[in-house]
Amino acid sequence: MNFVFPNEANVTWTVMIVLYPYITGLVAGAFIVSSLYHVFGRSELKPIARFSLASAFVFLLFATLPLLIHLGHPERAFNIMITPHFSSAMAGFGYIYATYMLLVVLEIWFVMRGDFIARAKGKGPVAWLFRLILLFNLEENDATRRADHKISRFLAGLGIPLACLLHGYVGFLFGSLKANPWWSTPLMFVIFIFSAIVSGIAVLIFHYYIVSWINGWKTDHACVRSMTRYLWGFMIVAVALELLEVLSIAYKQTEEWEVLSRLIENKLFFSYVVLQLLIFSLIPFVLLGISVLFRLSRRVANALAWIASAMLLFQVLLMRWNVVIGGQLLSKSMRGFTSYFPGLWDKEGLVMAAIIFTLPFGILWLFNRAIPLFPGAAGDSG
Amino acid sequence: MSRDDNISRRDFFKFLAAGSGLLLVHCGLPSPPPGTRKKDYDWNKHYWAYAIDTTKCIGCCACMRACRAENDVPPGYFRTWVERYRIDAADQVSVDAATKDDFVFEELPGNVVKAFFVPKLCNHCEKPVCNQVCPVGAAYRTRDGVILVDSEHCIGCGYCVQACPYGVRFISPRSHTADKCTFCYHRITRGLPPACVQACPKHARIFGDLEDPTCELSILLKQQRYRVLKPEMGTHPKCFYLGLDREVV
Repeated sequence: MNFVFPNEANVTWTVMIVLYPYITGLVAGAFIVSSLYHVFGRSELKPIARFSLASAFVFLLFATLPLLIHLGHPERAFNIMITPHFSSAMAGFGYIYATYMLLVVLEIWFVMRGDFIARAKGKGPVAWLFRLILLFNLEENDATRRADHKISRFLAGLGIPLACLLHGYVGFLFGSLKANPWWSTPLMFVIFIFSAIVSGIAVLIFHYYIVSWINGWKTDHACVRSMTRYLWGFMIVAVALELLEVLSIAYKQTEEWEVLSRLIENKLFFSYVVLQLLIFSLIPFVLLGISVLFRLSRRVANALAWIASAMLLFQVLLMRWNVVIGGQLLSKSMRGFTSYFPGLWDKEGLVMAAIIFTLPFGILWLFNRAIPLFPGAAGDSG
Repeated sequence: MSRDDNISRRDFFKFLAAGSGLLLVHCGLPSPPPGTRKKDYDWNKHYWAYAIDTTKCIGCCACMRACRAENDVPPGYFRTWVERYRIDAADQVSVDAATKDDFVFEELPGNVVKAFFVPKLCNHCEKPVCNQVCPVGAAYRTRDGVILVDSEHCIGCGYCVQACPYGVRFISPRSHTADKCTFCYHRITRGLPPACVQACPKHARIFGDLEDPTCELSILLKQQRYRVLKPEMGTHPKCFYLGLDREVV
C-alpha cells in the first residue's frame, strides 16, 4: 500500500528548482568551451569563443531568477549573504555566484575591450554608456592589447575551477542530503559537472546553427567538428557516471534499492528509463559516434550534430527533472510515492519556466546587436 | 574646529570594528523567542524531550485535533500525526494516517493479525540536520533543547524540508516559511505540557525535562527499553519510542 508522510503530499521543490541547476549547468559548460580557446589554445574554437563567453554571461544573469520565484520570501534573499549560516551547503551560494559573475564580467570586459572602444568613439547616449563601461579610458595600442589578452587568459583559467565549483556545488546541494537515498551520493557533484559541460556544449552547437541559419552564414566546419568531438566525449563520461551510480546501488542490493528500484520501475520509468536513457542518451550517442568516427559529407555531419545537440539539451533537462523531482516523489516513509506535474499557468508553472528559459536568448540577441559575437562570420566558410 | 574635536581615521575604524563586533556578538547569542515565556523561566535549567508509548496509543487522534486547534496549523499540513500499521497473515504491511478533516481512520477490510498506532512529530534532534542546512540560520535550537524556526528570518527555500529525514517540516502556505512542531514552546515555557500531551486520553505521549531526574520521562527512560526513529541518520532524536515495531521508520 502506498503511504507517504502527510506533509509530503505536495512536492516542495518545483520545476523552478529543475531549471536552476539546468541554467547554471549551461553557464558552466559554455564558459568551459570559451576557456578551451582562451586558455588551452584550441584555436579551431575561435569562431565560437566570444559567443560562448557571452552565453555564459547571459545564462548567469538568469540563473537566480527561478530561485527567486521559488523562495517563500524573495525579499529576504540577501539574508543568505548578510547572515550566512556556514554549516549549510547552500550558504555559500551567494558568494560563489557573485564571485563567478564578477569573473565573467571582467573577462568579457578584457576580451571585448577593443569592441567597446570602437563603440565608445561615436556620439550619443550609447557611446557615452560604452565610455562609462570603459571607465573613460579609451586608450588602445599594442601594449594595452597584450595586457588585455594576458589578463583575459588568466581570468579564463581561473574561471575553469570556479565553473566546476559553481556547478559541482549545485550537485553537492543534492548529494549531501542524507535523508534522500535518490540524492545522497558523493558522485552527484561529479555527475552535475559533466552533465553541465554536456549541456553547455550542446546549447552552443544548437544555437550556433540556428544563428548561422537565420543569418545565412556558413558554419565553421572545423569548429563544429571539434565541439562535436568534445560533446561526444563528455556525454559518454556523464552518462557512464549516471549509470554507474544506479548500478552500484542496484548491485549492493541494500534496503535502499528495494524502494529505489520501485521508483525507477514505476514513477520514473518513462522520464528516466525511456526518455533520458533510451531515447535522449542512446540516440545522440550513436549520432555523435557516427559523426566523429566516420567521414561524412558536411551537410550530414551538420545535421547529425544539430539533432544530437538538441537531444542532449533535452537529456540534461530530463536528468535535472529526474534528480530534483524524482527524489521528492520518493517518500521518506520508504513506503510510497507522491506525484507531481507542474501546472501551466502557476507561479511556478510551465509557462513561467519557458519564459525564464527564453529570456537569456533575448538578452543574448541584444548583446549581439551591441557587440557582434561572430565577427566576420559571413566570411568563415571553412 | 580643532583636530581634537574630530574622530581620527584610526579611531573611526576602531569604533566601526567594536560596533560590528558587538553586533556580531548580539546576533550570535540566542535569545528565547519573544512573548513565549514566563518571566522567571530560565532556559538554561531545562532540557526538554518526549516519549511515546506505542503500546498505549489507540489512534483516537485527539492529539492531532489539539495540535491543530492550539497552533492553527494550515489545512493539509501536520505538526503531528498518527500512523496506523496493519500486518496481515502473509506479513504484508499496510500503513495509513488519519489525515482527513475529521481525523478519523477509515475502516479497512483485511485479515489483520497485528495492528498498532504510532504517533509522529518533530524529533527535536540533538544533531538536527534541518539546522545544519538552513542557509540563513533561521532554524535553530534553543538552550532548552527545542528546534524552532525564526519565521521573521526564514527565506522559505525549503532546504530544511528536504533535509529532515522524518518528513515533519513543511512550507506553510500562510507564512511561506518553514513550519513544524515546536513542542508548544509557548506552553512549555509557562509550565504547561504541549497540547498533544494534554489531549492524549491514554497517556501515550509523555513530555518531560531531562534536566530533572525526578520527572516521569527521566525515570521512564532509565527503566524502559526504547528506540528512536532512523538512528542511522546520526541525528540523535530526542523523541523516544517505547514498544516500537521494526516495521516503523
